[in-house]
Amino acid sequence: MSDGEDERSQLKLKLVQGFSANVPHNRALGVQILEIKPAEALFLLPYDAKLIGNPETGVIHGGAITALLDAASGAAVFAALTDFVPIATLDLRIDYLRPAEVGQAVHARATCYKLARNVAFTRAVAYHDDPADPIAHSVGTFMLATPTGPTS
Amino acid sequence: MSLIDQLTAAKQAHDFQALLDLIPYAKFLGLTAALEGDELVTTMRYGEHLIGNPTLPALHGGTLGSLLESAAIFQLLWNAETIVLPKTITLTVDYLRSGGPVDTHARGIVTRQGRRVTNVRMEAWQADRATPVATAHAIFLVMRG
Repeated sequence: MSDGEDERSQLKLKLVQGFSANVPHNRALGVQILEIKPAEALFLLPYDAKLIGNPETGVIHGGAITALLDAASGAAVFAALTDFVPIATLDLRIDYLRPAEVGQAVHARATCYKLARNVAFTRAVAYHDDPADPIAHSVGTFMLATPTGPTS
Repeated sequence: MSLIDQLTAAKQAHDFQALLDLIPYAKFLGLTAALEGDELVTTMRYGEHLIGNPTLPALHGGTLGSLLESAAIFQLLWNAETIVLPKTITLTVDYLRSGGPVDTHARGIVTRQGRRVTNVRMEAWQADRATPVATAHAIFLVMRG
């Protein structure tokens, strides 16, 4: 890769990071973007009382993990694209492997493992500190180059 | 009062909202639930914090996933004779069209009630119920402990 291409690639990854950080729902959840690499994203969801799904135990709601995995997967697709084109989630499957621990932040590492002409394929894992001890696992598909205008 | 006791009380009073108010994440999403005939409809009131794409604007996919999962859980709690908190094993969401910046409604239909697991189909819609914004199916563990 030439220096020019490398610089362009770095700039693009920075843009993905800035874009993800400014998504209103990501901000509302308190999501932090820890790392954006080509075709890969690492997000962090700090523990917060507003995310609790079971008030008796203090365990966060599975939905917060769903939103985290969805967001990280979308960022991984952007990080895989050469040019910015709009994307839309086609489907997302999440397997909940075990409950999150109370008081602990959740990481999500997402990879865009295949970028086809029209569709991108992702997988992601949510975990506290050890990716080998996952909380949830997801696979998703994304449609590339969707219309940007208001939909009717 | 334990969560199960509160849930039992909410069911007896036909006031599901009382239960939702106990769940911080449901409050964060702006969820409400109401019986429409025999059907429990869960609604996610629109708020700017739910937006995933400010350009369109469109709801964050994660919020639709959470709404659908919640609608299924509330339906299971509503149906159950002896109350056990369902644990989600797997959730699959199909995103059919972008969710606009308005209220979104969802319901869950139990397709199989097993002794250990329950299968539920869900759909979410906005103004027009005939054109859902997302559908989903989920499998829940419904055993005690």
